[in-house]
Amino acid sequence: MSWIQNRFEEGLIVTSLDWALNWARMNSIWPMTFGLACCAIEMMALGASRFDLERFGAGAFRATPRQSDLMIVAGTVTYKMASRLRRLYHQMPDPKYVIAMGACTIGGGPYFKHGYHVVKGVDLIVPVDVYVPGCPPRPEALIEGIMRLQDKIKRETIAKAAEQKVGEPVPAGA
Amino acid sequence: MTPEVIAETVKAAMDGAVVDMAMSTGHPSITVSPERWHEVALFLRDDPRLRLNFLRCISGIDWLEKGEIEVVYDLMSVRPGAPDALCPAENVIAVRVRVPRDGGHIPSVADVWPAADWHEREVYDMFGVIFDGHPDFRRILCPEDWVGYPLRKDYEYPLEYHGIPGTTEFGQKSPRH
Repeated sequence: MSWIQNRFEEGLIVTSLDWALNWARMNSIWPMTFGLACCAIEMMALGASRFDLERFGAGAFRATPRQSDLMIVAGTVTYKMASRLRRLYHQMPDPKYVIAMGACTIGGGPYFKHGYHVVKGVDLIVPVDVYVPGCPPRPEALIEGIMRLQDKIKRETIAKAAEQKVGEPVPAGA
Repeated sequence: MTPEVIAETVKAAMDGAVVDMAMSTGHPSITVSPERWHEVALFLRDDPRLRLNFLRCISGIDWLEKGEIEVVYDLMSVRPGAPDALCPAENVIAVRVRVPRDGGHIPSVADVWPAADWHEREVYDMFGVIFDGHPDFRRILCPEDWVGYPLRKDYEYPLEYHGIPGTTEFGQKSPRH
């Protein structure tokens, strides 16, 4: 992922740095302004005053993938959209996260059987960190998803993996 | 004017163009032969008695057993400048045009009603009917390299599109769902 990862043994300095990095990252997850279908309406409600995503530091919806940490895939992904979605994901800087919001994004949803143009799950295109089920999920459910993502970020470390030797190349996808 | 009067007007003016009529249904319609459809469309729009100047919708119907595709044009009249311009229209009728499923050609009416432009592209995208004389004739919803016409009744779903699997069952081999 980032340049600092997988370089140091675990120790007091590394774990303290971990704490500071993770604290900063988990409290400023900037999502991308990216809505595909009706789930996006719930995502917008979450960004507005009633549910107030800014409480989690994640309310700054960025209009460009270059400034985003999180892609909330909110809505039906079609085959036509899949290549665009993949490109947007690759344009985001590391560390980057993906939330699959709603039934369509998780596995095709109501279009699973007879939707000739619907991708049967966005995890066929990009790696997904958190799945938020629902059709569409309530804004509270998406809040839960973002909190679970924060838990995930909290457990991240820059220390190299236990079985890995210093100087070895970082395996692909690490 | 009632749909019956409209149908009789068209029949009297356009000799032999109207091949069928269905007036007793909830959706009164006349069936026009594809060769004369453009001529009839201009008449429907410009005749001072009819003035069907608003194309509401174009639908496609796949008659698989008959080997035909039917395109339905829903027309109504809106009189610009009239005091009741936004009131329910006086003249409402649907026009049906039937062509064979394979290689069916229909003259485009995008020059008669500009609304037909995107609607005809959608009918082509979903049913594969060719509209002759259309200003910008290509698919509108599906990607350019899409195979097949999805709303045809014998359409087979893609098992794979650009490396993305399209199967829904484990070990599925046939595109039928």
